[in-house]
Order: sequence, then structure tokens, then C-alpha cells
Amino acid sequence: MSVQTATPGATEQPRTHYLNAGHTIASWLLTTDHKRIAILYMISITIAFFIGGAAAAMIRIELTSPTGVMLEHETYNKMFSMHGIVMIFLFLIPSIPAVLGNFLIPMMIGAKDLAFPRLNLLSWYLYMAGSILAVVAMITGGVDTGWTFYVPYSSVYANSNVVLVICGAFIVGFSSIATGINFIATIHKMRAPGLTWFRLPLFVWAHYATSIIIVLGTPVVAITLALVAVERLFHIGVFDPAQGGDPVLFQHLFWFYSHPAVYIMILPSMGVVSEMITCFSRRKPFGYNFIAFSSLAIAVFGFLVWGHHMFVSGQSVYLGIVFSVLSFVVAVPSAVKTFNWTATMYKGRIWFTAPMLYALGFIGLFTIGGLTGLFLAAMATDVHLHDTYFVIAHFHYIMVGGAIMGYMGGLHFWWPKMTGRMYPESWAKLAAGITFLGYNLTFFPQFIMGLQGMTRRYHYYPEEFQALNVLSSAGASILAVGYIIPLAYFLWSLWYGKKAGPNPWRAAGLEWMTDSPPITYNFEKTPIVTWEAYEYPENEEDDPLPDLDDEDQLLAVGSGEAPKR
Amino acid sequence: MPDFTLLPEQASTFAEKMDPLFYVMVLLSLFFIVLVFTLVIFFAVRYRRGSKASRRGASSHNVKLEIVWTAIPLILGLVVFFWSAKLFGYVRTVPEDAVEIFVIGKQWMWHMQHPNGVRENNELHVPAGRPIKLVMISQDVIHDLYVPAFRIHQDVLPGKYTYAWFEATKTGKYRIYCGQYCGTQHSEMTGFVYVMEPAEYQAWLASGGDKTRMTQLTMDEAGQQIYDRLQCGSCHGFAPARAPSLIDLYGTKAKLVDGRTVTVDETYIRESIVAPDLKIVEGYQAIMPSYKNQLSEDQLLQLIAFIKSLRSGMQAPIPKKEADSPAGGAR
Repeated sequence: MSVQTATPGATEQPRTHYLNAGHTIASWLLTTDHKRIAILYMISITIAFFIGGAAAAMIRIELTSPTGVMLEHETYNKMFSMHGIVMIFLFLIPSIPAVLGNFLIPMMIGAKDLAFPRLNLLSWYLYMAGSILAVVAMITGGVDTGWTFYVPYSSVYANSNVVLVICGAFIVGFSSIATGINFIATIHKMRAPGLTWFRLPLFVWAHYATSIIIVLGTPVVAITLALVAVERLFHIGVFDPAQGGDPVLFQHLFWFYSHPAVYIMILPSMGVVSEMITCFSRRKPFGYNFIAFSSLAIAVFGFLVWGHHMFVSGQSVYLGIVFSVLSFVVAVPSAVKTFNWTATMYKGRIWFTAPMLYALGFIGLFTIGGLTGLFLAAMATDVHLHDTYFVIAHFHYIMVGGAIMGYMGGLHFWWPKMTGRMYPESWAKLAAGITFLGYNLTFFPQFIMGLQGMTRRYHYYPEEFQALNVLSSAGASILAVGYIIPLAYFLWSLWYGKKAGPNPWRAAGLEWMTDSPPITYNFEKTPIVTWEAYEYPENEEDDPLPDLDDEDQLLAVGSGEAPKR
Repeated sequence: MPDFTLLPEQASTFAEKMDPLFYVMVLLSLFFIVLVFTLVIFFAVRYRRGSKASRRGASSHNVKLEIVWTAIPLILGLVVFFWSAKLFGYVRTVPEDAVEIFVIGKQWMWHMQHPNGVRENNELHVPAGRPIKLVMISQDVIHDLYVPAFRIHQDVLPGKYTYAWFEATKTGKYRIYCGQYCGTQHSEMTGFVYVMEPAEYQAWLASGGDKTRMTQLTMDEAGQQIYDRLQCGSCHGFAPARAPSLIDLYGTKAKLVDGRTVTVDETYIRESIVAPDLKIVEGYQAIMPSYKNQLSEDQLLQLIAFIKSLRSGMQAPIPKKEADSPAGGAR
């Protein structure tokens, strides 16, 4: 009973879709199909994630003892630098935009592809070139500056492969910029007829805001890192005070990008969560406009708060005050989003699926991560907490608890669309639960360590912190299980998963109105949108949902159907 | 643990002021965390698919509600901001009567120098109940002085003095950490502050502190020796001078040839010694040679201490011999 009702006149024949449209290696490496490029990105960043994860594992093993277990100081320093650089530049920043955004944005707006398909392919090649350069440099010689590359340590004193790694990050930066430009142009120019701005999925709004940050911010960090390399190679004094430079200037330039970069990581995840909460609550999002505009507000205000990383750097007190108040302001749109998601569940019809569990986990962890950020935005408490494990715990709640929960949830949600197969639902729920638990066990103890004065980037530490460190390392091993299980069942599902049909979640949104996996140009006919976003039936009787274990029910909805109203 | 607290031991006036703010923020955060978690779990259970709960009147927008839940966090945030800004003002404003101690950070140790010349490494002895100002500089990369018991954290930069101050409230031994990653042995750039009773501290100081003491001279005496050795007085000591007078100079504002005004602080004086051409005071020529690489950070601090000690009305040490200076006592 795996008959496809999708393509009229093509029943009984194997259907052509983007995955089987070509089988040669060249058909993948020279593709301009945004969906294939998304898959290339997915494979690449998954490798990056496990490299960064391996470094994290080394760190957590090492920290089970106050004087280390097996690494020299230098190796330890290279490990945490590699963890930070790989996770941030090679995994988190590209994760949702380059995989889910790339795959979904054209489909969500009813377009055949992104505006610049060849630029899209180029962005993947830039990503690969930069990543391979950086990873090879880190594995062969290592870099020990931390992902923040603070000068004059990085530009004068470090004896490691700083320049090569910086070149890698520089090149990867351009892949990000290419993706950002592509999204902005696509969202402006290629929406299907009738798809007005306020009918766009919130996922698209979130990526629009993200793209603005990427395009405005990334050049600054690229140039800053290039200046570090120039100072290191040619001894031209930019940041080194011994040559007339200013080390604090580096921090201003670095955080001008790297604070907004946090929003590059979290905004797309917020977009994913908005899609999942509405679909599994079976109703319109509460406060669509507020969620959409809060994304833009975050993009704008996110550029004005970088100095809150520098309250104790020697920057002017008055400057600190301005950055502090703006940091409190930028917290508000995030709070608004959280309240709106919560209100969306009110009087909904909650369907507990694995992606919904990830979405709920996201709300919980993001709330904790966001609120603890305020302790660092407040100058007086930051004077104590700066550069302690409290900071580490805070940003891992945002980036791992927020961004990765969103990415994992999104992968589950759109996996049937991308592969045409369902993942095993009960295993996925188990993995979501393990991730949430392991996550909290890893990072909550770090808040307490930080409050008591445990400083970040310490290889050796006072004995009184050992108990909490061991607890955190134990949590990390549980968390690792939570990431390995999905890797296993996602691969398994490619061959053995149930056929998903075009719309297993009975979700609204144009991407669900085409086949799974979609055909090369997404739609047989460009859809004409005459309805608002997220139109779910009002009553449960009008909204029959499939049993996820029953393939016939999954396949029962044909593609190309407009939502029922 | 019966005596478990979230924050470490409280041993400075700033810690006493900061901790209440911290706990209020914890309570506010807990309120929002409990609120969100409760609502999410409650809605998830009550409105699970198939439940009998009424869905009548579900709406998808309510501007009043949006305004309320935008305004409340904003207002609470601003209250916390003002409180915190006030405390930040406190911790960044050094009391007039603070004792100055000089701190030099280098890979990977802390080097402290007391006003009477006593030096120590990775240890800092201070009296309780007196404000202490730390004037800090780094010899190489950026470091950061962190004393959790005092709740103070301050980056220590190369090429520029930064400062921190504290008033210890309790005698005892407290950890010092380097809070800014500074290379291979960053995690071993640690030490201890010993807070002593003032009388005990005086005795400690008089006995010369520890064995690493290098000189019998006070900071400004050592500075005067450098001043004499380098013949600084040949320009700065005469009137009409080829260079600005150093007496009463510290803390004033100087007008520069390019129209800017600078405050004469430690960093400006240091810069004027190592890179004199950068900021020329109005009315003078750029004739001073640079003393960069001729003076160590220690010596620069001593020289600055000497310049700061030059006050009108005191037994002027400049010029050294009355006969050399026609306008000697006239200032």
C-alpha cells in the first residue's frame, strides 16, 4: 500500500524526487538544488559537531580531577579552543540556517529554489575549505587562544597555529555571508503570489532577521581576525600596545560581531520552535506579529549590546552603563516570545510528538538561559561573575539548550519531508528525554561552581570544586548518549523507516503541500496563496491525525492540498 | 551541607552590597521560571489532544496582554539595572583615602608592591577596614585579578593602568585567580590575599614583609633615584621650563597642542614617558626622548609614585641642589 497519490498520472511508477534525480557524485557536488546543498551541509556540520563533541568529552574527562587526568596544560588549552571554535564557527552558526533554512525557505515561500543557487553551492565550498583548513590546523598543531582570540596573546605570545585557524574562520565567514544574502534576496523577491509578509511562517521571519545580522556583522569579525593575522605575521601594530596598538579595541570589534552571533545561533531556533509549537498545538500562534517583530527587534538591539562582555575590561564606566541598560532592553523581546509560545498552547490540542518534546525542552532551557543572562547584563553582579563557570553555564543553556534543542527538534519535524521516511517515534521521545536530563545535569552544576568562583579555562582548579565537576562530567556522558541515539535511528530510518507521505503531521505551511521527498523544483505548479498562515481546523473532529505507526494513515493525505478551513 | 550558600564567603564591603542584589535577582528569576514551567506543563496536560477541557473562545491575539507582558519584564529589568548601576558606581569609585598597592601581572604570576617598597609574589597582605586601591598593569598579555570573596574582577592590561579597590571586612586568607585566559599556565596564576588586623599589617610591613624584599626604599624614594639618574630635572625642574612642571601635576587637566584635554593620571604619565610625542601639552615642543625599553614596569610605577608625591609646599625635592635652580624655591 505504498501507492503515491501525489503525482497525477504517475501512480505505480517510482517517483522522481530530489534525492533520486541523480546518483553520481558529480550530481551532488555540482548540484544547485537548495535541498541537496542542505543535505551536504547537514553531513558536514554533523561531522563538525562530533569533532567539537570529542573535544568537549576530553575537557570533561580532564576536569574530573583538580589536577587533570591525562593532558598537559597546552593540550588542554588546545582542546577547549578547538571545542569553542568548531562548535561556534563550524557547527552552531551554520546549523539551522544552512541545513533547515536552506532546505525549507524556498519551499515555505512557494519558490523553486533560492535566489542565487550557484552562490548557495559556493557557500558550501567556502564552508568546506575554511573548515578543513581550520580543523587540519587544529589537529596537526593546535591553537590555544580560546575561540575568542584575545590579543595580544593571540597576535604576539601564542605559539600555535593561530594564523591558519584564523584563515579558516575568515573563509567560513564568507560562506555565512553568502547564505545571508541569498536568504534576504529570496524572501524579498521570490514569495509565491498571495504570500504577503504577514502570511509568512515565523521560521522565515526568524531567518530574515538572522540574515540581516549575518550580513552586517560577519564582515567585521572577518576583518578583525585578519588584522590579528597581519599583526602576527608582519608586526604591524594594531592591537599590541608594545607597537602602539590597543588590545581593548580588539574586544570591541570582536564582540561587535560575536554578541550578535549569539542571536545568529538562537533566532533560527526560535523560528523552528514557533513552527513546532503551532503545529502540535493545532492552532495559530498567539501574537504572530509580536513574535515576528520581536525577531527584528532582537536583530537591531543585538548590535547595541556588545560592551556587556567588557564591563571589567577597562572600558569607560559610562559606556558600561549604556551597554547594560540596552542589554536589559534586548532581553524583553525574548521574554515576549516565550510568553507567546506559552499562550499558543492555551486552548490548543497538544499532540505529544518527539519534536514537540524538543520544543517544550527548548522553552524550559531557554527561559533559564535567558534569565541567567541578566546576572551578566547587570554590571554589579557581572563584576563577580565575569569569566566564571556561571557564564559558561549561561551560554550553554542558550546555545546547547536553546539552539541545539531547536535544531534537533527541527530535524525530527522535517525529517519526513527531507527523506520521505519517519524516524522511530518512541526512540526519539526517549532521546529527547535523555538529552533534557543529561543537559541539566551537565550545566546546572556549572552555575553553582561559577557563583562560588570557579574560573573558566582552568585546567587545574581548587579541590573544593571537584564534586560539582564530577557531577557535570557525569551529565555530559548522559548528554552524549542523547546525541548518539538519534544519529543511529536517523541512519536506520533511511532504509527501514515508515514512508511518511507528504504531510504526516497534517501541518499547515507550503512545504507540506508537496511530496516527501520533494521533487527537484519543489512544486508541480507554483502555489497561489489565498489563506493566512497556520490555519488549523478549529475542532478536533475536523482534524483527524494519523497514527504515526500506521503507514497507510501516514500516506493518506495527498500533496498539493490547500489547508482545510 | 548545612552552611551551604550560593555565593562564596563575604569579605568586602562591596560583597555586602552586591549579595542582596544577587539574591533579589535569583528570586525574580525563580518567579519567572516557575511561572513559565507551570504554565507550559499545565497547558500541556489540560489541553492535551482528546481532553475534555473547553477550547471555546480561544483567541490568537490580545494587544493588551502583549503590552502587559512586555512592560512588566521591562520595568523589573530597569529597576534591577538602576540598582546594579549604582553599585557599579560604588565599586568603580575609589575612596580618597585608599592605600595604593601596585600590581604587575605577567605570565604566570602576580607581583605586588606596597608603598613602602615591600614586594611579594602571588600573595597580597592588606589591612582590614581600610580601602585599598590596586593600581595594575601587565607586562605581557591581558590578565585579570579576581578575588571571589571580595566579588572583584578587573582586567589587567599591557600598556595601560587599570585599577580596582576593595575594603576587606574580615581577616582571613582568600583566593586570588587570574580571570582572563593568559596562556599555558593560566590556571596556575593564582595566589592568596591575607587580610590582617591593621596593627598586625603595620608590623608585617615594618618587618619588611617577606624575604623577596629587594629594596629599603619606598616607592617614591626609588622613583626619585630614577628621576635623578635620568636627569629628568634638567627639563622638568627649571623655570622657565622647557617642559611642564611636575609639581601638583597629578590629577590636573592638561590642554594639548591639538586642542584636546587630558587628565593627568597614571596611564597618561606612563605614556608621556614611553611615548612622549603622542600628546604634547600646549606651549611646549616635542623634544622629549622616549624612555621606552629603558625602564621596567616596576621602575615606571616608582617614577609615577614619585611624580604623584610632588606637591607644592612640601620640602621640594626638585631641584636637587638649590644652586642649580635660579627659580628654585619660588614655585
